[in-house]
Amino acid sequence: MKATNTMTLTFDSLPVNEGFARSAVAGFFAQLDPTVEELCDIRTAVSEAVTNSIVHGYRYSQGKVRMTARIYDGRKIQIIIRDTGCGIENIEQAMEPLYTTDPEGERSGLGFSVMQSFMDTVRVTSAPGKGTTVTMQRVLSPLAEETQQE
Amino acid sequence: MNTDVFGSVAAGRCRCSISCQEQILNVKISGEIDQAGAAVIREQIDRAAESCLPQTLMLDFSGVHFMDSSGIGLVMGRFRLMQTMGGELLVTGASPRIRRLMQMGGLDKLPIFGKNPIHNNPSRQL
Repeated sequence: MKATNTMTLTFDSLPVNEGFARSAVAGFFAQLDPTVEELCDIRTAVSEAVTNSIVHGYRYSQGKVRMTARIYDGRKIQIIIRDTGCGIENIEQAMEPLYTTDPEGERSGLGFSVMQSFMDTVRVTSAPGKGTTVTMQRVLSPLAEETQQE
Repeated sequence: MNTDVFGSVAAGRCRCSISCQEQILNVKISGEIDQAGAAVIREQIDRAAESCLPQTLMLDFSGVHFMDSSGIGLVMGRFRLMQTMGGELLVTGASPRIRRLMQMGGLDKLPIFGKNPIHNNPSRQL
C-alpha cells in the first residue's frame, strides 16, 4: 500500500531531541485530526523509541536518529525510528517488561511495553553493531463526522 | 516555621521547584517528563534530600502534562532513596493517564499515593 503522505527527519542523538521528535510527529499527524488521547499515545510511543536509540543504541554517544512517519488510507499511520547504534543481541529479551541493560540510569525497562500498549503493532529488527529499527503502526479512530455519516 | 528553598531547575521541557519545610521536601514538577528531564531533576531532588534529610518527600505531578516510562524510573528511584533514609515518598496530583503509566510500572503496589483523597488532586479528575 502506498502512503498518502510521508515525513522523514534525521536528528542528532541528543536527549533534548526526545521532545523535538514528539512534537514533530504530533505536528505531522495533526492533519488527521486525531483525538487528544491518540496523539498522546503516539507521542509517548515515539518518546520511548527515540529514548531507546539515544540511551541504548548510541549509549549517549554521537549518532543520528532517523524518524519516518507515514499516513495511509483508512487513517492508518506508521512510524519508523531507526538508529545505526550498537543494536540488540536478543530482541525477545529486550522486549520483556522490566528488562533493562541500564539499571543505574533508573530505566524502568518498560519502553517496549509502553510502545506495544499505545500502538497496534510494534516490530523490531536489529543487528548487533549495525543498529535497530522500530516500526510502529496504528489505525486512528474514525472522525466524528465520518461516524455520523455511516 | 523555616522553609529552605532549593530553587527551581529546568531541563528542556521539564521543570521542578524544590522547598523543604518541617522535614517535608516538596517537589513540584511541571512540563514534560522524559529521560532528558528526569535525569536532571532527579539529581536536584537527591541533592536537596541529602541536605534537608526529610521524613517525607512529596512529588507533586499536578503540573505534568506528559510523561513516558522515564517518570516511572524517577518515582521508583526516589522511593528507594526515601527507604534508605527511613522516610516515605508521597506522589500527588498525577492525572489519570500518568497514573495508568505508573500502574504499568507496578507503582500502584507501593504505598506512595496516600490515603488522603487530596493526594489524588480531585480537581484534575473532573
